[in-house]
Amino acid sequence: MSDTLRPEDQLGGGLPERAPPPSTVGIQGWMRENLFSGPINSIGTIVAIGIIVWLLPGILEWAIFDATFVGVDANGDGSITRKDCLVENAAGLMTLEGACWVLVYVRWEQLIYGFYGSDGSIWRPTIAFVGLLLAIAPLLFDKVPFRRALLWFAFAFPFIAVWLLGGGEWKLSSVLVFYGLIVAILPLLFDKMPGREILLWVTKIYPLFIAFLLFDAILDTLLGFSIWNTLLGPLAVWEFSPLPALAEVSTHKWGGLMLTIVIGMVGIVLSLPIGVVLALGRRSTMPAVRLLCVIFIEFVRGVPLITLLFMASNMLPLFFPEGIELDKLVRALVVVVAFSAAYMAEVVRGGLQAIPKGQYEAADAMALTYWKSMYLIILPQALKIVIPGIVNSFIGLFKDTTLVLIIGLFDILGMAKAAVTHANWIGLAREAYVFVGVVYFIFCFSMSRYSIWLEEKLNTGHKR
Amino acid sequence: MSVSSTTGETSGGSWLYDPKVRSIFAQVVVVGSVVALFYFIIHNTAVNLEKRGIASGFDFLWEPARYDVTGGFLNVRSTQTHWDAFMAGLLNTFIVAVFGCLAATFLGVVMGVLRLSKNWLVSKLAAVYVETLRNVPVLLQILFWYGVFILMPKPKQSLALFDMFYFNNRQFLGPKVFFGDTPALSAAEQEAMIHRMGEVKYNKLVEASGGVENVPAALAESVKPVFGTGSWILPVSLIIAIVGVVLFRRWAKKRQENSGEQLPVFWISAGTIVLFPILCVLLSGTAVNVQYPELIGFNFVGGASIPVAFMALWFALSTYTATFVAEIVRAGILAVNYGQTEASFALGLRSGQAMRLNILPQALRVIVPPLTSQYLNLTKNSSLALVVGYPDVVGTIGGITLNQTGQAVECIVITMAVYLFFSLVISMFMNWYNKRIALVER
Repeated sequence: MSDTLRPEDQLGGGLPERAPPPSTVGIQGWMRENLFSGPINSIGTIVAIGIIVWLLPGILEWAIFDATFVGVDANGDGSITRKDCLVENAAGLMTLEGACWVLVYVRWEQLIYGFYGSDGSIWRPTIAFVGLLLAIAPLLFDKVPFRRALLWFAFAFPFIAVWLLGGGEWKLSSVLVFYGLIVAILPLLFDKMPGREILLWVTKIYPLFIAFLLFDAILDTLLGFSIWNTLLGPLAVWEFSPLPALAEVSTHKWGGLMLTIVIGMVGIVLSLPIGVVLALGRRSTMPAVRLLCVIFIEFVRGVPLITLLFMASNMLPLFFPEGIELDKLVRALVVVVAFSAAYMAEVVRGGLQAIPKGQYEAADAMALTYWKSMYLIILPQALKIVIPGIVNSFIGLFKDTTLVLIIGLFDILGMAKAAVTHANWIGLAREAYVFVGVVYFIFCFSMSRYSIWLEEKLNTGHKR
Repeated sequence: MSVSSTTGETSGGSWLYDPKVRSIFAQVVVVGSVVALFYFIIHNTAVNLEKRGIASGFDFLWEPARYDVTGGFLNVRSTQTHWDAFMAGLLNTFIVAVFGCLAATFLGVVMGVLRLSKNWLVSKLAAVYVETLRNVPVLLQILFWYGVFILMPKPKQSLALFDMFYFNNRQFLGPKVFFGDTPALSAAEQEAMIHRMGEVKYNKLVEASGGVENVPAALAESVKPVFGTGSWILPVSLIIAIVGVVLFRRWAKKRQENSGEQLPVFWISAGTIVLFPILCVLLSGTAVNVQYPELIGFNFVGGASIPVAFMALWFALSTYTATFVAEIVRAGILAVNYGQTEASFALGLRSGQAMRLNILPQALRVIVPPLTSQYLNLTKNSSLALVVGYPDVVGTIGGITLNQTGQAVECIVITMAVYLFFSLVISMFMNWYNKRIALVER
């Protein structure tokens, strides 16, 4: 207590301040206020406590106190299976008392990497994952040490990751298409970089080159004549590794959490730009473009992802001439990206509609071209408004990656499902699925928290 | 400033820079490439189908399905056609979608309101429920609940509740109510029974009970229709009750407008709709038989049964979707200014009335559009029935029929058309409802 008198004390004759009634402060006051403020409130509290007392001890006992965590060959039969979790109960029977987390312990490698480890090259996805963390950090947060360098790394990371995870040798056309993209995007992202003028030419030529290759491929399948192959001769079929050579790991060995992250990340990285283009198309003044975009978006949003995946696995092979086999993972990726892009388009459209017309007119008044006015004026504002929606879309996409197990890809859930159908682990569905659920929860919950944080951070200037 | 650039007239510039020309050119390019792509796809598909010797068309729908549809609410024998299997799948999808939406709405509204509760513990519990379940994939939740349900005891050791409800690892059973008189077991019904339990087992049963007429009553009744002869009284009395309630509500409203007196409209309406048909059935002397499930051999016979696959799917879909509904409801209620509540109190409304007459109608305007998309999501997510073997549209026509006939294009087109149709119907209904409750602006 300080000795200085406050004005009201001086006026009121200096009566000492009395302590508030004990029932309104402290723990007691808080409980009175928040738990027992009235009869209904008190009943609610009692019911809630009842639910907690009813559920929590059982869950804790099952998951922690009675559970077996470490895979020790307890019964000494030479292998670690569910039998090592069995406990003799009161009736003298061997039963599972608590959770048998040994399943996760034994199957850890498969749950995380799929069958990638069969080549002894688990270090590759591990490094890729560390790289992913390094690449994401500067994109998520402003105050990261070495942020500029990491930004460059983040930009190059997708290309490094493909090489690191896939390995193998590529044809020249694939190298040009894939690594040409990095050169084409570069000058768009960085305004003040050396040699930007030259790179901008690559940016302009790149779409033409893609169009040419597509046209050439159609020509090849319909007429059996390819300009590219004729021009380059043996060079067209020559395969090489653009980065230091790594052994090829076929995508059917990819699995587990690694596959989940690959599908999720590819979906997130590609669905946003495609969704933006679709949203712009839907608001375009060109009727043909608008109609095509509306049909695509409404069709994809109207059917379940599972039917699209079925389409990819059953119908897509029919769409291509015989001999062309699309990788199963690539097919799933195409579907996941198309699916989330359609949803993203609707989110972005909401943002575009929220921008006042004056902004569009102002951009026109500055004599900006359509793409420049979108890129510099409209989209930065529109996307900022719909960040919560975008992140929600990302969370939905990440959860939807589980559906690939239906077309025979083994993501982390697929691996868990495969594990519990194995004779060694029969009846352990709860353990496996709870583990996978916790993994998904960590990812999705942190995404949603990040979105809330970002929303608050960006919510500047409009605070009242 | 010249306005020429917006009207497309260029003063001396090349036509290359005319926005109109450019727009037409861009559209021609886009449409041209889409047409080319479709031509490419259709051409290849035709060539591939011819190579595989698959005739396109929907004739296969009228061929025998050669697979049983079981585990849903309508069983189809392998001798029936693909069309019948498809219809069974359609019914199963419809049932899970409707009951899922109902349960998700109920649970979601309760959780959304609880999350706004002033009680700290209650709101935190609701928050834990919402945050946990919405951040875990629904497919995982379906698999989890299926894994939990099939760990339940076998039919012989079913968990019983009041000797009426049984829970085992195959189905959940309860009593079934029959209205009206049911005729004796006909030849068709015998055949249905044979199909239901297999011929060998049926013959054994007949032998054991000493002739067809002595087959256990529960078994015989299990194939009888719920509504027998003389049961017309039930729907008729129900319609009369509903018409009566509608008229009563109009009268009550008029009365209130004239005199200001209020009647307990809700309780009177609800009571009439429930009690009047029951009273009619009892007074008219229509036979009402309740049949309990009975354990015969290794399985239950009779009673109303719900397959475990459906339970897992329905439970997971509704608890998952309810989390989103809860957030929508919470946002809707928060969107109504607190001044509205105070205004209601100032007018002398009780808190329940304030909620029902003032807050909720306004909150609904915010709630309905996103709720529609949740219903759509639930319907689309019901296609995940596949992983637990519940035979819905995707499981029947989009799954086994596709694999058996190889008619990939037709089967997937039918499956997609079903969901597009469901989406359309739900959006149309919700748009109609939304328009009804929307703010009428002058």
